[in-house]
Amino acid sequence: MNAPQITNPKLIVRDLNFFYGNYRALKDINLDIAEKMVTAFIGPSGCGKSTLLRTFNRMYQLYPKQKATGQIMLDGGNVLDPKQDLNMLRAKIGMVFQKPTPFPMSIYDNIAFGVKLYENLSRNEMDERVEWALKKAALWAEVSDKLKQSGTSLSGGQQQRLCIARAIAVKPQVLLLDEPTSALDPISTAHIEKLIDELKKDFTIVIVTHNMQQAARISDFTAYMYLGDLIEFGDTSTVFTNPKRKETEDYITGRFG
Amino acid sequence: MKSTLLHQARLKQQIWLDMMFRGLTRLSAFGVLALLLAIIASLVMGSMPAIEAFGFHFLVNPEWNPVTDEYGALVPIVGTLVTSGIALLIAIPVSFGIAIFLTELSPRVLRRPLGIAVELLAGIPSIIYGMWGLFVFAPLFADHIEPWINDHIGAMPVIGPFFAGPPMGIGILTAGIILAIMVIPFIASVMRDVFEVVPPMLKESAYGVGATTWEVVMKIVLPYTRIGVVGGIMLGLGRALGETMAVTFVIGNAHELSQSLLMPGNSISSALANEFTEAVGELYTSALIELGLILFFITFVVLTLARLLLLKMSKREGKST
Repeated sequence: MNAPQITNPKLIVRDLNFFYGNYRALKDINLDIAEKMVTAFIGPSGCGKSTLLRTFNRMYQLYPKQKATGQIMLDGGNVLDPKQDLNMLRAKIGMVFQKPTPFPMSIYDNIAFGVKLYENLSRNEMDERVEWALKKAALWAEVSDKLKQSGTSLSGGQQQRLCIARAIAVKPQVLLLDEPTSALDPISTAHIEKLIDELKKDFTIVIVTHNMQQAARISDFTAYMYLGDLIEFGDTSTVFTNPKRKETEDYITGRFG
Repeated sequence: MKSTLLHQARLKQQIWLDMMFRGLTRLSAFGVLALLLAIIASLVMGSMPAIEAFGFHFLVNPEWNPVTDEYGALVPIVGTLVTSGIALLIAIPVSFGIAIFLTELSPRVLRRPLGIAVELLAGIPSIIYGMWGLFVFAPLFADHIEPWINDHIGAMPVIGPFFAGPPMGIGILTAGIILAIMVIPFIASVMRDVFEVVPPMLKESAYGVGATTWEVVMKIVLPYTRIGVVGGIMLGLGRALGETMAVTFVIGNAHELSQSLLMPGNSISSALANEFTEAVGELYTSALIELGLILFFITFVVLTLARLLLLKMSKREGKST
């Protein structure tokens, strides 16, 4: 496998294996995630792309019988180290899910929730932080006059941007997006894609997507996975125009998958 | 030609059957309403002599004297409310703990057996709780716990007088504790069921911003399920208010108003159960029926309040928090 030249990796994955019980869902994954770039994971359902994403913030640990071995280095520390403080890890690595998941509270509190877990801000500082996050998520103009309303009262696309605002309000370094537009209409999807392009100035972004055009449009690097193996990883333009492996070519040209 | 005739006849029959069925379902639905109204009406009619004799004074009069034919409902009303209150005070946090453990913390292999055990607790007939309360719990309580309560809490200012008194084992506090044990399975299993419907992705989102299990439960799971949680608590309260057998065994059945929770008292349902067979004379029977009417009314108010509360909550959820 020809690894791309990544001079400034934010996450360094080495020999990563993942198990659901006895089933090996990831097989010796090695890859680097470039800082302040967008890296996309593509592949057919069940290939392990979401599983790989969920190792980065150890979300899998909520469930018994799931375990990961190997190394994921972030700022010189191994994410998979049992001594790793999970709450601090998740402050550094935010996550957005397939479906919008606003908390059952007001828009304001949705954003403030995560911030309150780490920082003791005054009322004014919190107001500023909420505004900052909502502006970053391109939602401020739509909700600035209804911050006290329930987060669930927004439309699906707005809810997903609220979730992105919630994730970035904590000021993480890495943003994990697990098929963030799979439940959204094309217009909301376009909003989110534009937003991702903006956000990569400040954050390292890893996105799992079913939509190959989306990966081609928004990512700098693309990893193609199949049955737990990382088949090909490289510059997005190379992977899509001149793939090295036959399997990748078959998948992106739609002959398979 | 013959077949169309046959077809028409069958169609006619079907229409007629449909009408019958509709009539039957309507009758069943309205029958329940009629039954409810009939029960209220008979309670009101039965209690008229007592209402005429005592008026509203009945509600605040602590006297209950069949010899002089003077009756007041204050003691059983207070007993019913206080025992149910104690029961909820104990049962809510315990049930909450059970439900959280079963949904969030327990290893998967323990979930089913523990859940079934909690539900079996609800299946024990109330008379068993009463017997166990009287013969097992009350003596233990009198020998080991009440003296401690007397010495430590009884000496405190303000709340002390509520916990002073002879360690007899039976009394208001004991009845409240037994009631708590009886309503825990109801509240816990409703709480567990509603906690289980919280979408995993919502919980993951909260864990994803770095929340601990405690924070996820208090700030996400509980607000998301509050309507169901209040519903479960109301179900438990409904059972506690009306519970008769177990309370009769351990409450002491004394028509006395005492400040101490360790002293015997009476509840509406146990007064009814104990005295209906002895009630001679129109006024005595009528006073008991009026007690029943009051219990009906209390339960009705509790349920209405619960409904209003839930309505307010869901409205608030829709607009703003």
